[in-house]
Amino acid sequence: MTVILGIETSCDETAAAIVVDGNQVLANVVSSQVDLHARYGGVVPEIAGRAHESLLTPVIAEAMVEAGVNDEDIDVVSATHGPGLIGSLLIGVSAAKALSLGWNVPFIGINHHEAHLYAALIEEPDMDFPLVVMLVSGGHTMLIEFQDHGQYKLLGATVDDAAGEAFDKVARYLGLGYPGGPAIDDLSKQGDPTAIKFTPPMRNEGLNFSFSGLKTAVVNYVRQNPDAETADIAASFQAAVVDVLTHKARQAARDIGAKGICLAGGVAANSELREKTLDICVEDGIQGFLPSRAMCTDNAAMVAATAWWRMQSQGPSPLDLGADPNLRLPFID
Amino acid sequence: MLVLGIETATPQVGVAIGGHEGVIASFHTARDRRHAETLAPAIQFLCAQTKLDLNEIGVVAVDIGPGLFTGLRVGLATAKAIAHACKVPMIGISSLDLAAFPARFSDRLIVSTVDARRGEIFYATYRKTAGGIQRISEPHVDQPDNVANQLNANAEDCLVVGDGAQRYADTFENLRGVEIGQEGFRYPNAGSLVELAHPRALREEFVAPSEVTPLYLRAPDARINWQQRERS
Repeated sequence: MTVILGIETSCDETAAAIVVDGNQVLANVVSSQVDLHARYGGVVPEIAGRAHESLLTPVIAEAMVEAGVNDEDIDVVSATHGPGLIGSLLIGVSAAKALSLGWNVPFIGINHHEAHLYAALIEEPDMDFPLVVMLVSGGHTMLIEFQDHGQYKLLGATVDDAAGEAFDKVARYLGLGYPGGPAIDDLSKQGDPTAIKFTPPMRNEGLNFSFSGLKTAVVNYVRQNPDAETADIAASFQAAVVDVLTHKARQAARDIGAKGICLAGGVAANSELREKTLDICVEDGIQGFLPSRAMCTDNAAMVAATAWWRMQSQGPSPLDLGADPNLRLPFID
Repeated sequence: MLVLGIETATPQVGVAIGGHEGVIASFHTARDRRHAETLAPAIQFLCAQTKLDLNEIGVVAVDIGPGLFTGLRVGLATAKAIAHACKVPMIGISSLDLAAFPARFSDRLIVSTVDARRGEIFYATYRKTAGGIQRISEPHVDQPDNVANQLNANAEDCLVVGDGAQRYADTFENLRGVEIGQEGFRYPNAGSLVELAHPRALREEFVAPSEVTPLYLRAPDARINWQQRERS
């Protein structure tokens, strides 16, 4: 039995978790800074850094109390070391290395993207490979072929804005506040998704995405139709995003003969995307994996779970590991 | 009681261990600003060379700034995590106190500075006392010209120390009665941190890790870095 402490501070969530053997989550504490950033309509790096600094030690202590583990029970300390905001990442990495020194246990640095891929495995440990993972959040939009543990192939990605970023920017433009994803999701339930025809860019061009044109289309529409119902705009915009995402995920799954499609990342909490993804999986007779909302958004349980797999394949990281804001998944060609 | 001192508020990374016999080991580097990469291995190295286990440390002292925010937080996160893991209390000391401490043998007014970038310096004034220094003004951030004007108006002999003084030497060196500190002592020293913290530790003037708060002296720059976020 291996008890792993996971730490996640890559963006605006300060999180710590205790996970046993890669899938028994004893504690998963997330302290969100969303209120601190809301008035700016996005994550302010310096505010995030300050909040991580003051919150991290109490969050770790809370996770340990909640899990009912003592210092001597921890076998490995892991932390996200990229990609993300450099000033935020450094706090988690520094604390994790210091804990590993203090407790005399191994430290391992984890790739944030890989952790999102493993979030689904916590709840569904017996998934069959290969899978198509659609990783959609405020920072990234990727279709990944998950062939086996540690084996990933990039099938497609956004060429400009991330899907979640498009939600944030459109929500800000429509005056719906931050974060934009939940705001648009909620308002869309009162709107007509067929009211306005927003055409998702690059819908029928391969597996890459583009969202910046869609944002511009919304802005132009509002300028020309100032009296349009905001709920209809939100619903129509969301329908266009969900349509292009599910269309390409389905295409990717067919291309590689995937056994299932798995959602990951903050946008995977979007109710419309979850529903439509399940629909296409049922239609195509493959499995659909929708991690719980807590596992979609940034959390440390997925970091600790990934650390368990990574400890077995590559062992601990050196103590001179730093943070890498541009860290990439080790894709195979 | 053994004190571990961690100092990362400037381009320098410093670690020292000491106790009643003074500083017994220290490490400093001011190359490349690789604070997070350097700090944990430096602590490990000092422990190995002194044959001390981290669990023998009685208190963790840390530089709480003011200084460069990202580096400062690397030190704070590391110090708090070590204190948490080793179940020991902490002592936070200002970078300006640390930069002033080596100048404690001067009879002049000591003006301690830390380069705040963006054309400003953090500063506070000190006087020597029996066996140490005493801060006589609150820490502030201001442009070097304004600080120089104040010193001029003061007309008291003073010694300006720290990397702020080095960077803006042109501003300070021509003032009457003003001397600039030694270049080699420009950064706050982890040894000073241990020396200042040790008597406080003996008087049990320490706090829990959660009570150690950084001294930023500047509101956060509320700029959203979409570009950096895109990559996250």
